[in-house]
Amino acid sequence: MSLRRTLLTTRRILEQLRHDPRTLALLLLVPTALMGLLAWSLTNRPGAFDSVGPKLLGVFPLIVMFLVTSVITLRERTVGTLERLFTLPLTKADFVAGYAIAFGALALVQSVLVSVLSYSWYGLAHQGVPWRISAVALCAGLLGTAFGLALSAVAHTEFQAVQFMPAFILPQLLLCGLVIPVSQLPSALRAVAKVLPMTAAVHAINPLQSNQYYVGQFAILLAYIFAALVAGASTIRRVTK
Amino acid sequence: MDSSDHSTFDVSNLRVVRSGHEILKSISFRAAPGELIGLLGPSGSGKSTLMRSLLGVQAITDGSARIMNCAAGSRSLRGKLGYMAQSAAVYLDLTVEENIRYFTGVLAQGPSEVARVMDVVALTPFADRLVASLSGGERARVSLGVALVGSPPVLILDEPTVGLDPILRRDLWHTFDDLAKSGATVIVSSHVMDEAARCARLLLLRDGALLFDGTPASLLAASKASGYDEAFERLIEGDR
Ligand SMILES: Nc1ncnc2c1ncn2[C@@H]1O[C@H](COP(=O)(O)OP(=O)(O)OP(=O)(O)O)[C@@H](O)[C@H]1O
Ligand SMILES: [Mg+2]
Repeated sequence: MSLRRTLLTTRRILEQLRHDPRTLALLLLVPTALMGLLAWSLTNRPGAFDSVGPKLLGVFPLIVMFLVTSVITLRERTVGTLERLFTLPLTKADFVAGYAIAFGALALVQSVLVSVLSYSWYGLAHQGVPWRISAVALCAGLLGTAFGLALSAVAHTEFQAVQFMPAFILPQLLLCGLVIPVSQLPSALRAVAKVLPMTAAVHAINPLQSNQYYVGQFAILLAYIFAALVAGASTIRRVTK
Repeated sequence: MDSSDHSTFDVSNLRVVRSGHEILKSISFRAAPGELIGLLGPSGSGKSTLMRSLLGVQAITDGSARIMNCAAGSRSLRGKLGYMAQSAAVYLDLTVEENIRYFTGVLAQGPSEVARVMDVVALTPFADRLVASLSGGERARVSLGVALVGSPPVLILDEPTVGLDPILRRDLWHTFDDLAKSGATVIVSSHVMDEAARCARLLLLRDGALLFDGTPASLLAASKASGYDEAFERLIEGDR
C-alpha cells in the first residue's frame, strides 16, 4: 500500500465529483433539507425532533455514501478503468482507501453542514458534544462507502445498483431504532437488528444524546467499518475468470 | 540458459476457457524487444482475450504466458505494460489532463510527462475538456495517451486506430514504429489489413487458434493473393 497512490486516487475521485456539481449538491443538500423537513413536520410534538434528529445524523451519511460509492465504482468496473488500474502498480488497498478517504471527507462535510443547521435553524436541543456526533457521522459515511464497494461487485448495471438500495437500506431503516427502539422489537428481529450496520451507527449516537460516551459503541462501529472495507476489497478481482 | 531470456513474450500452448467455451486454443509465439506485431483476426476470434491474458487480467486455463521472463500478471510487471483497451477505459467525468495526470501519478512519473503524452496523441488543445464531451476518436486518443505514460517497454494496444481519420492513423502508426525502433515491443490488434501490413510481423487468429505467424510478404505468398484484404479472406475462409 502506498499513501501517495491512495491520495492520488482520493484526489481523482474528488475531481470527478467536482465536475458533477449536481451530484455534489444532492449529496450535501438533500440530507440538510430532509432534516429541516423532519424538524418542521414534528413542530407540534415537543421533544420528538430532539430524539430522532441526532440519530439521523448517523443514518444519512450511511445511505448517501452507500449509493454514490456503489454507482461510481460500478462505473469503474464497466468502463474498464478498474481493469486498467490492475495493470498498473496500484493495490486493492490503495484503491479502497482512496475511496474511503474521499467519501469519508464528504461525509464529514455533510454532517457538519447538517448539524450546524440543525442546531441553529432547526432548533435541535444541544446534546452531547457536537464533534462526537460528527465523528460518528464520518464513521457512518465510511461504512456506507465500504458497503457500496461490496455492492458494486454484485450489481452488474447501475440500474441494478439502484434496485439494491431499497433492499439493503429500507429494512435497516425500519430496524435500526429510528421507528422503535431495538429493545422493543420481537426477539428474533432484535437479534437481526443488533448486527445490522445502521444499528451500529445509531447505537453509537444514542449515548451521545444523553451526554454519555461509550467507547465500546464506537469501537464496534470501527470494527464494522474495517470488516466492511475488507469485504469490499475482497470483492475486487484483479483477474477475470 | 535458453533464448527465452531475451524475449519479451514467451507464450506457449496458451489456452483460455471462459464459461465452458474454449476462447483460445493452444497459442504459442515469441516476440523480441523492438518488434511491432499486428494481431489480426475476425470479430470474436480472441484478439482481445489474448491481449488480456498477456496483461494478466484474464485467467489462463492451460499453458503459459511469460512477459520479460515473468509470468503474466506478476506484480513486477505492473506498470511495464502499456495497455489500451478496446473501449476507452478512461474517466469520462474528468478532463483530458486530469485523466493523464492521475495515471502519470500512479506510475510515479514527473509532471512533464503529462504534457509530453498529450502532445504525442495531439490532445494538447483539448487539455481542459471533459472526456465525456469528446468525440469517439478523441476519447480513443486519451486512452492511448494513458497507455503511453512512462514509455513502457511493452505496449498492448487493442484496436487503437478504430474511428480515426487517415492522417491521424498514419501519424499514430509512425508513433508505434518509433516506439518499436526505440526498443519497445508493440502489439497492435486491428481488423484493417492494409493498416496491419505496416507491421513487420503479423499474427492471424481464427476461432482462437493461431493461423499464421510471419511477415506481410510471406502472408501474400502463402495465400497467393494480390492484396492484403484478399489474403486475409483466403486465409480465414480458405481451409474451412
Ligand atoms: N465472459 C465471457 N464468457 C464467455 N465467452 C466470452 C466472454 N467474453 C467474450 N467471450 C467470447 O470470447 C470470444 C473472443 O472474444 P474477444 O473479445 O477476444 O474477440 P476479438 O477478436 O477481440 O473480437 P473483436 O474484433 O470483435 O473485438 C468471442 O467469441 C466472445 O463471444
Ligand atoms: Mg476485441
